[in-house]
Amino acid sequence: MTATSRRIVLRALVLWGGLALLLVLPPAAALADQPFYLTLVTRMLIFAIAALSLDLILGYGAMVSFGHAAYLGVGAYAVGILAYHGVNAAWIQWPVAIVASALVAALIGLVSLRTSGVYFIMITLAFAQMLYFLGISLKIYGGDDGLTINARTDFGGVIDLASNVVLYYLVLAVLLGFLLLGQRLIASRFGMVIRGAKSNERRMRALGFPTVRYRLVAFVIAGTMCGVAGVLLANLTNFTSPAYMHWTRSGELMVMVILGGMGSLIGPIFGAFALLALEEVLSSYTQHWQFILGPVLILIVLFAKRGIYGLLGAARESAAAGPPAAGPPHG
Amino acid sequence: MVIDPQLLAFQALNGLQLGVMLFLMAAGLTLVFGIMNLINLAHGSLYMVGAYFAATLQGWSGSFVLAALLAIPATLVLGVAVELVVLRTLYDRDHLDQVLATFGLILFFNEAVRIVWGPSALFMTTPDFLSGQVALPFGIIYPSYRFAIIAVGLAVALFLYGLISHTRVGMLIRAGASNRAMVGALGVDVKFLYTAVFALGTALAGIAGLMAGPILSVESGMGEPILILTFVVIVIGGIGSIRGAFMGALLIGVVDTLGRSFLPGLLRATFNPQVANAAGPALASMLIYILMALVLAFRPQGLFPARAA
Amino acid sequence: MTKFLVSAAAAAALGAAVAATPVAAQTVKIGFIATFSGPGGTIGTHLYDGFMLGIEHAGGKLGGLTPEVIKEDDQLKPDVGLQAAQKLLQRDKVNFISGVIFSNVMMAIYKPVIESQTFLISSNAGPSPIAGAQCSPYFFSTSWQNDDPHAAMGKHLQDKGIKRLYLMAPNYQAGKDALTGVKRMFKGEIVDEIYTTVNQPDYSAEIAALRAAKPEALYVFYPGGMGINFVKQYAQAGLVKALPLYSAFTTDSTTVDAQGDAAIGTFGTAFWTVDLKNPANQKFVADFRKKHNYEPSTYSAQAYDSAQLIDAALKATGGKLDNKDALRDALRKADFKSIRGPFKFNNNQFPIQSYYLYETVREDGKLRQLGRGTVLTDHADVYAKDCPMKW
Repeated sequence: MTATSRRIVLRALVLWGGLALLLVLPPAAALADQPFYLTLVTRMLIFAIAALSLDLILGYGAMVSFGHAAYLGVGAYAVGILAYHGVNAAWIQWPVAIVASALVAALIGLVSLRTSGVYFIMITLAFAQMLYFLGISLKIYGGDDGLTINARTDFGGVIDLASNVVLYYLVLAVLLGFLLLGQRLIASRFGMVIRGAKSNERRMRALGFPTVRYRLVAFVIAGTMCGVAGVLLANLTNFTSPAYMHWTRSGELMVMVILGGMGSLIGPIFGAFALLALEEVLSSYTQHWQFILGPVLILIVLFAKRGIYGLLGAARESAAAGPPAAGPPHG
Repeated sequence: MVIDPQLLAFQALNGLQLGVMLFLMAAGLTLVFGIMNLINLAHGSLYMVGAYFAATLQGWSGSFVLAALLAIPATLVLGVAVELVVLRTLYDRDHLDQVLATFGLILFFNEAVRIVWGPSALFMTTPDFLSGQVALPFGIIYPSYRFAIIAVGLAVALFLYGLISHTRVGMLIRAGASNRAMVGALGVDVKFLYTAVFALGTALAGIAGLMAGPILSVESGMGEPILILTFVVIVIGGIGSIRGAFMGALLIGVVDTLGRSFLPGLLRATFNPQVANAAGPALASMLIYILMALVLAFRPQGLFPARAA
Repeated sequence: MTKFLVSAAAAAALGAAVAATPVAAQTVKIGFIATFSGPGGTIGTHLYDGFMLGIEHAGGKLGGLTPEVIKEDDQLKPDVGLQAAQKLLQRDKVNFISGVIFSNVMMAIYKPVIESQTFLISSNAGPSPIAGAQCSPYFFSTSWQNDDPHAAMGKHLQDKGIKRLYLMAPNYQAGKDALTGVKRMFKGEIVDEIYTTVNQPDYSAEIAALRAAKPEALYVFYPGGMGINFVKQYAQAGLVKALPLYSAFTTDSTTVDAQGDAAIGTFGTAFWTVDLKNPANQKFVADFRKKHNYEPSTYSAQAYDSAQLIDAALKATGGKLDNKDALRDALRKADFKSIRGPFKFNNNQFPIQSYYLYETVREDGKLRQLGRGTVLTDHADVYAKDCPMKW
């Protein structure tokens, strides 16, 4: 067995094993009478969705969005505001949330994509701050205090989200669906243009691709996916608050992407799990867990840019051409 | 709504005071940004540490002046250490790496001050000779301490102007901001220049932290709100430009203060009160970000870019 | 991911093993949520120290059970508080949740806590919805409904003959409740009513506007670090002598040392003062000063009573935690010697009690808040009538 093939086997084991564990988690948590871990992993999965969506533009398109948490807020507020007015039906909440986050992403993208480099980072941050302050000033929807949501999304009896287990499987299904979708997208001609524009925009333009339009579409898709993560987050916590849009939250999403390995889509899932787990484990030992997390982060940036997924030998240097390696077994 | 001219003058002074505070932060950040091409999110942490040093020293010695004399060098030393250990390795990295690593520094420093000084906030007192008020023409009575902040900020601005336009170091800084390769070609120890520039930026952040101490509570995380505003300032002013930082800082300080104090009232005069009460504060706090987005959308290099336009 | 899940599963198994041991029967688990960091962090310490002194005075046990107090910091962020509450309920499976300083945190955690049928003993926050229509048989307050300390000041200002009053508070649930409270009893002109961002550090713009409005008096509600910043900046602006400052929870022992002499001569209102003459209070104050070397605040006093309340109820049930109805009946009796003197619970399970005026003075070299007479006697909050609970 060569080293490469051993790696492939290892990776397959980790991915399939991880998926199997995720599938059996709810009954295991119930058996152990520890519903807390179900909530915790649901939270991880939701942030995995958000991180995955950010990777789509950050890892493949080199669009360093420092305001990605804004869509988390848009999705969550769509649920919160509709629920406040007594609208809990999924067939209203979900489309509204999706359209709202797509529209917001389109607006932000239209302006931001005119800039590049550090200016792009700053302008996405500025837009996220605007939405954050908008959230604070929505007095009837709780303003700074946030808004308690009385009931989870109502799927008309088909899916009963009141059960944490059902919510968990829904979140898992959305994550896997987005992962598949993301991989298809990256492997497609569209994805090729996005990746091409990252390494050499002028060449792609010369080849006749309207790169800005392609990048805008990618930006909107990523924002919308993150909006869905917001919908799920609001359902998990029964609460929405401007804090979901705080700039440190955007920073955390970026950390998840890098920690897991950017430009791999699967990596950020690992990143989300790792960061939240680290937070959970460290914070149970010391309240000063950020004192440890901060330097860990610096070390990762300096020495382990390929992230956790890279350790499994799977993440490619994102600049490399071609679709990410063979992909997960369910891909 | 009638705007009381006296109130307007007051708020303009408040805006000016916020503006010079932002300038103290922005000057350092924009130099580091322009010369080393480094996005340093941890600049706010240096401000915070400066304030903690000052508060502690004042607590021990009871003297604001002594605290100032010791806190600024202490902050500077810490900043240089951070530059040597972490930031130096980041100069050649892409912006994403810089953002993440310095984000890590923020987490580290916010927690470090909690470990050293405890979770509760510290408080500084205004020095006795500045605890009164200054009477200005037209019946305006303004707190002496805030007046002192304005004076310190303007003095620093003058100093930087002199330094940058009339000294050899300034020439190098100017050269570095517009053409980095050239500085190396001039046979200057670039590493040393970088450390020196960073030290200067840190000292300015330390001054800002010191001056903020008697007004605000000194606490973990106090650097972030001002950091975000500072970024707005340097992006609007034009990255790498001290003049841009100065103009941008005053613009943001005044727009933010006047927006907060008058926008809700102005809206109330034009729209029905319900709409105005809901939209006024929202618009006021979003104002500077809207301004920044507009500037970036139409003049991406900022209003006063360092590189010759 | 795999690795983590394995460790999570192991932790879960371990948790199950611990839960199965018989030790659980003799302990009472209390989740104590408060703000321990940031400018509100001092309040958390005052609250927690009061609560723990309450346990100590009960002989280190609560109703014969060994208390296990799990501290959680909400960082004055509702979403962080909510996450802490869920952890306490689902993982630690606490019997009580107590503490809770800020009303926005209370509103965020309220629903999940009472739906899990866990008793929530507020040591501070008393937002109006919980006192009224949304009242719950699982919620008790050993403090007050948010409006009332402020209503007391409204009454005092009305009696004093103040005509033009200016109001300021942070923009959150308790801030709105506070100004509603003042306006209920004060009938003169409200010059303006300003809500500032929670934890706003700089009030220069608001102070300038306030000066221009030329009111006769100012009423503010700025708890914790906000109060320190506000009073200092108010003094720097030279307004202390020109414009009398009235407040509640703004100048108290959590803030007064940082405010310094600027606070001397300012008035506030509260349900308790450090010099209240009853044996329970004298013991509390003396022992608190001895143990902690700082002045107890209303926060410490309230939390002390939270511990006493739990102790008294568990004594009545013989240490039984599982019969919630019996436990509730015992809690409702409030059969203990409160530091505020005798009081009883209203139908919404908030206290019916008196409120006092206090003045900040220098005594024994320390800045203290001393009582200056009763403003409201046996006062019940106005929301109780909206609460459908009857008992």
